[in-house]
Amino acid sequence: MGNNSNFESRKPPVATTGILGWCRQHLFSNWINSFVTLLVIYFLYQLIPWFLDWSVFSADFWINYNGELIVDRTFCSRVADPEGDHGACWAIIIVRFYQFMYGFYPSEQVWRVNLTYILLVVALLPLLIEKIPGRKHLIKFTIAFPIIAFILLYGGFGFQIIPTNKWGGLLVTLVLGVFGIAIAFPLGILLALGRRSKLPVISMFCTLFIEFIRGVPLITLLFFGMVMLPLFLPEGLNLDGLVRVLVAVTLFQAAYMAEVIRGGLQAIPRGQYEAAQSVGLSYWQMNRKIILPQAIRISIPSIVNTSIGLFKDTTLVIIIGLLDLLGIGRGALADATWMGLSNEVYVFVALVFFIFTFSMSRYSLYLEKKLKTGINMGAD
Amino acid sequence: MKKLLSIFAVLAFAFSANAGTLDDVKNRGFLKCGVTTGLIGFAAPDDAGNWAGFDVDVCRAVAAAIFGDSSKVEFTTTTGKSRFPTLASGEIDMLARNTTWTLSRDVNLGFEFVGVNYYDGQGFMIPSALGVDDATGLDGATVCIQTGTTTELNLADFFRANGIGYEALPIETNDEARENLFAGRCDVYTTDASGLSATRAQADDPDKWVVLPNIISKEPLGPLVRHGDHQWGDVVRWSLNTMIIAEELGVSSSNVDDSKGSNIPEVLRLLGVEGGYGEMLELSNDFAYNIIKQVGNYSESFDRNIGPDTPLGIGRNLNALWTDGGILYAPPFR
Repeated sequence: MGNNSNFESRKPPVATTGILGWCRQHLFSNWINSFVTLLVIYFLYQLIPWFLDWSVFSADFWINYNGELIVDRTFCSRVADPEGDHGACWAIIIVRFYQFMYGFYPSEQVWRVNLTYILLVVALLPLLIEKIPGRKHLIKFTIAFPIIAFILLYGGFGFQIIPTNKWGGLLVTLVLGVFGIAIAFPLGILLALGRRSKLPVISMFCTLFIEFIRGVPLITLLFFGMVMLPLFLPEGLNLDGLVRVLVAVTLFQAAYMAEVIRGGLQAIPRGQYEAAQSVGLSYWQMNRKIILPQAIRISIPSIVNTSIGLFKDTTLVIIIGLLDLLGIGRGALADATWMGLSNEVYVFVALVFFIFTFSMSRYSLYLEKKLKTGINMGAD
Repeated sequence: MKKLLSIFAVLAFAFSANAGTLDDVKNRGFLKCGVTTGLIGFAAPDDAGNWAGFDVDVCRAVAAAIFGDSSKVEFTTTTGKSRFPTLASGEIDMLARNTTWTLSRDVNLGFEFVGVNYYDGQGFMIPSALGVDDATGLDGATVCIQTGTTTELNLADFFRANGIGYEALPIETNDEARENLFAGRCDVYTTDASGLSATRAQADDPDKWVVLPNIISKEPLGPLVRHGDHQWGDVVRWSLNTMIIAEELGVSSSNVDDSKGSNIPEVLRLLGVEGGYGEMLELSNDFAYNIIKQVGNYSESFDRNIGPDTPLGIGRNLNALWTDGGILYAPPFR
């Protein structure tokens, strides 16, 4: 004996490999799991065909069941023919698509918004793809992007000025989300470092700021920006409504971001600080080169989490009268031409939000994989 | 601290020492008007992104009076909560947003209601299958009610005064109320009668719902401006009055040009053929002509936005002219 090559390796039992094995292990491992699996399958079986039928197969897009072009709600099949079996009436979205995307932005200037979107993608490239050629230069562009975007969207420097009460729809949602997250991130890092600072004034100020902002709901801050801020400003000197909201959103996000990053900082072992100090790095060098890269790396899931939260919270601005994506949808429903088609509007708005938040969460998963945040750092 | 305050006072003075609102608007070249974020028939963006509605027409009338061009308005959307601060801070020149004229708003908040463009009142809507034709027969009903509003207080008062009970189903928005009512989770929905008509119009079969005749509150809705600038208040007041007077005199957008040759003196005064009434307001003498030509008289605006031929199908009722049994009444144009 002792010669293993004489033994033919036996294949594992069929029931433990392949699709069958996976199903058995994950879906039917015991009777409770089996029951839940069957229940879920039953619900999906009921739900998916119904939803597909409502949203696609029996739905109206441009024309109704009679082949007429839909120009108002009375042409929608389910309104025109209440006895028949008709689904959604997407014409409201199609006819108002421009408004959903840009609000009341003048159509002859809308290329500026589109250009901003393209530049946004360019600005995101160096963050998304690590091995892109010329990444160093692109990063500079990314940092300058908020200023470029502001000039493009608002105007000045030869561009016609488009006041923000003409902005609306996805544009407002993205401006609040992207600017809010982009400005809050560096602010949050400073606040987190400040709170852990050994200088009592700085740490007290940062702690006070964070705790105050976290202690009040976003809606309160929005009202503060909308109602109180103008009272502090002299009469006749008005900050733009969108700017005031953006300030509130950014401060809110910065406070949460600071706590997330502080969580990351807490996880860095003392040895890292001591090692950095012993090679003679200054406070900023230590944080920039040693501490923050590690801290941010382990905070990624939480950073993305709060960012997604903020992106969805931007819908609160409707309460102070800004028409974001959801606000434009409600505006459409308040037009006698389209009233009553709320299901279509809300499903569409939900879909748009899903696309953005889902991409964000996928990106964070990709980052986590790339940076292997799961590894036990410090000890190895 | 005192020093700081005096600096602020000087700053505030420096900024507030500007011209009146009318001059500001003229210099700016357009009117800034606050409207709702969307209310069927009263204000909503159309497919092309232009605001339209019964309240919007008041804004357009003021723009037509000042600039001779009803399109020179920029609309700022406001909600029930943000409307007053937005007006008070000077972000908008006037507010035309379904706002009930009450003593505290007129006096305490420092605003000036310049008139009433719609007399509303709280009513009840029920399924016609309920077979009730008077709100006093609603004992024990489940009522969908927006919380934290005057409607809630009015409802409680009405039921208590009539010695009947109800169960409240608190809701936040009109949409929510509609879904609950149509799903049968409440028997009654109570809000302003115009809102009830809008809700009814959205039903699959509007005939299955009735709005009861009981009106349990006074809700005079009208445009308002900030306290203190009476000249500006006059401009808005007489822009609204012009629409009402034009209806009284039978002048509409279609016959306004012919009416210039009318033999009725008040028509001639109204259209600026005689007298210098526009100049008194520091407007052009044909300001009323521009309003009527571009926006129309009161009944035209009413019929276009909320009248019987629109999905809302609201009758004139209280909003009929005083000569037709309503209470719509404007002071004479002289």
